[in-house]
Amino acid sequence: MGLSTAINRSSCWSSLTRHKKPPLTSPSTQNPRGPAQNFCDREALFSSYCFESVKAEKESNSLNDVDHSQVLDFPGGKVAFTTEMRFISESPAERAHCYQVLDNDGQLIICSKFKEVSEEIAVKMYSDMVTLQTMDAVFYEAQRQGRISFYATTIGEEAINIASAAALTIDDLVFPQYREPGVLLWRGFTLQEFANQCFGNKADKGKGRQMPIHYGSNKHNYFTVAATIATQLPHAVGAAYSLKMDRRNACVITYFGDGGSSEGDFHAALNFAAVREVPVIFFCRNNGWAISTPTSDQFRSDGVVVRGLGYGIRSIRVDGNDALAIYSAVHAAREMAISEQRPVLIEALTYRVGHHSTSDDSTKYRPVDEIEWWRLARDPVARFRKWIERNGWWCSEAEIELRDSVRKQLLHAIQVAEKVEKSPLAELFMDVYDVPPSNLCEQEKLLRETIRRHPQDYPSDLPV
Amino acid sequence: MLGFIRRKIGAGGSSLLISGQSLQWTCPAVSALRSYSSGAKEMTVRDALNSALDEEMSADPKVFLMGEEVGEYQGAYKISKGLLEKYGPDRVLDTPITEAGFTGIGVGAAYYGLRPVVEFMTFNFSMQAIDHIINSAAKSNYMSAGQINVPIVFRGPNGAAAGVGAQHSQCYAAWYASVPGLKVLTPYSSEDARGLLKAAIRDPDPVVFLENELLYGESFPVSDEARDSSFCLPIGKAKIEREGKDVTITAFSKMVGYSLKAAEILATEGISAEVINLRSIRPLDRSTINASVRKTNRLVTVEEGFPQHGVGAEICTSVVEESFGYLDAPVERIAGADVPMPYAANLERLAVPQVEDIVRAAKRACYRSVALAAAA
Repeated sequence: MGLSTAINRSSCWSSLTRHKKPPLTSPSTQNPRGPAQNFCDREALFSSYCFESVKAEKESNSLNDVDHSQVLDFPGGKVAFTTEMRFISESPAERAHCYQVLDNDGQLIICSKFKEVSEEIAVKMYSDMVTLQTMDAVFYEAQRQGRISFYATTIGEEAINIASAAALTIDDLVFPQYREPGVLLWRGFTLQEFANQCFGNKADKGKGRQMPIHYGSNKHNYFTVAATIATQLPHAVGAAYSLKMDRRNACVITYFGDGGSSEGDFHAALNFAAVREVPVIFFCRNNGWAISTPTSDQFRSDGVVVRGLGYGIRSIRVDGNDALAIYSAVHAAREMAISEQRPVLIEALTYRVGHHSTSDDSTKYRPVDEIEWWRLARDPVARFRKWIERNGWWCSEAEIELRDSVRKQLLHAIQVAEKVEKSPLAELFMDVYDVPPSNLCEQEKLLRETIRRHPQDYPSDLPV
Repeated sequence: MLGFIRRKIGAGGSSLLISGQSLQWTCPAVSALRSYSSGAKEMTVRDALNSALDEEMSADPKVFLMGEEVGEYQGAYKISKGLLEKYGPDRVLDTPITEAGFTGIGVGAAYYGLRPVVEFMTFNFSMQAIDHIINSAAKSNYMSAGQINVPIVFRGPNGAAAGVGAQHSQCYAAWYASVPGLKVLTPYSSEDARGLLKAAIRDPDPVVFLENELLYGESFPVSDEARDSSFCLPIGKAKIEREGKDVTITAFSKMVGYSLKAAEILATEGISAEVINLRSIRPLDRSTINASVRKTNRLVTVEEGFPQHGVGAEICTSVVEESFGYLDAPVERIAGADVPMPYAANLERLAVPQVEDIVRAAKRACYRSVALAAAA
């Protein structure tokens, strides 16, 4: 499954080093200096918090110090030639390193570099992670009891959800896939609002138009979830282009999974974002599984991070179960995206602990003990908890109180949502267009007339 | 956050904005609908589209154009000539070759609040992007309960050209017109092109704007009102191009021209044909069509596209539903042949309706000739 990442503890700046490849050029020419090389040279600066963006060099500069008889001129720029016929290997000598800040015990790794987090933010992050975890448990149960028709959990990806949201501002636009309700939670969507959407009642912002977990809220700059895979990627680029034209101090973040990276939309979105230089963060939740398809059947590249190079996009791989690493990476990516007007790709390696959805039983295609190991030994919530407890910002009393309170609130929210009426009949015909067209107005009239004349054919509690 | 506010403001900005099928419209150019005022000069459809784009881009900085070859090349069919020079690369985007990609990007820009005009080199290529047109654009306002509206226009040549073969000749009017959430327009004349494109760009809903390559070079007289930059036509209203009393002929795009020629021929034989230029396939102007059929009692529908589940099928059903008692003859449906478009000129001619086909169909509807089985 390829999730055993080799974490190179000795090279603290490994996050920004591209994996070493055999040189592409003849020995007489230098390796083209790319941003990663420049960054390595500034290692000395790295001792202080240093995510200063690196100015990417223009292609032609890379060959200024080269004998021009060794250079070929083609559309797209100059390249040095070589007499050696060497194919670029299909796989790197070493996989791209994975940025990590907290080890599995919640200890800060020696000489790890990260963006500091205040106690207030850290405690909110932890509380929201616990809330998300509890919400998943309670709503999953509700589905099993038949109270809602469908649910998809985010178990194992709580750090990705909350930490990435925490590193952004409310003005940054979010284009989710469907496993990122935590971002909405962080921004202030209430438990009652989540429950209303799952029950599709009339208080649902979505007016009962969509299946559960298809949350959306303009107020929170969180675009409504659609079931189509990876379509949000080019949407995000279009929105980022608009932000750029407006010169806003904001960026766009869009989330997708390892499976979504196979879609054609992934290719078009990344390519376009790079060419048009738009402020967008592409955040890949590589959790190892696309329903039952493991990543070994999804792609043969070294995950998704290496594809950034293919599009000319700066990229980083992070430990998706490490809240601090995610926070730091997204924070840095946001600054780069906005100040340099460029896209950034972040691949967070993690594990989808839950089933794909309530319609899936993942024990059918993967071993139960593997699932349990990730659930218990690699729980991102527990890991972060250890860190905040070590800082004296949390204790077991607070833990019990929080979990208790959240569970009560969720059960109450479900009870309330269950009783709220569904949307009235008029909502069947609204919002197809900006203004309802005459044929729909006519149909609504006819429907009401039919219900009036044949009430026995319709449920007695149909809200009209 | 401001983006969302902007979107709502932008959507309702123009007082001339026409949407839905409402018969109330405040367009000053009503008089131009039925007759051309004296002093009308001619304009090609190409220039009509170009001027409409130019005026709308000038009036609203949120309008921008994207597509393959629209910028430096001046447009694959020169529709966007001069626009890159005038508005710059931020507002006229040459896209990479990925319809699926750039359509999604356009939809995303519309989600945020811009008003993109996405050009497909032909609508055949829009099939690559149809998921975004339907699932990301058409349904978004409904699925998001009004939170996400998509003021986007998809335009480009549709239907058969000349000698371009099967993969470049299909008509998509019926495909897109079956989707709730979309509006589908089919201009014929230069006035149609100007008025409908301007209305489409100002509309808050996603609009599919089906042009015709062979019409780009044709000239039509255009009145002074239609030349005005505030001119626009209502969406959902058909135009009676020629009044008549014996048989109604409905058509859209290039077939309007053929139908008018057929009407001339029929007139010499004593049949007065009423020719309706549909202009709008969704919403379909059922009231104009039915009113006409109630007057003439006979109907011939004409389209270039494939016959099964086509526009004519919908019109026929509408008339049967609403005006059955008024029909004196079965509805005649003229459509393209039920084959992928062949290339050879002689075969191609046989695969699309010709003026003579329309004439013969009208005569059959008038019981002036014996019905043939399965005439194309």
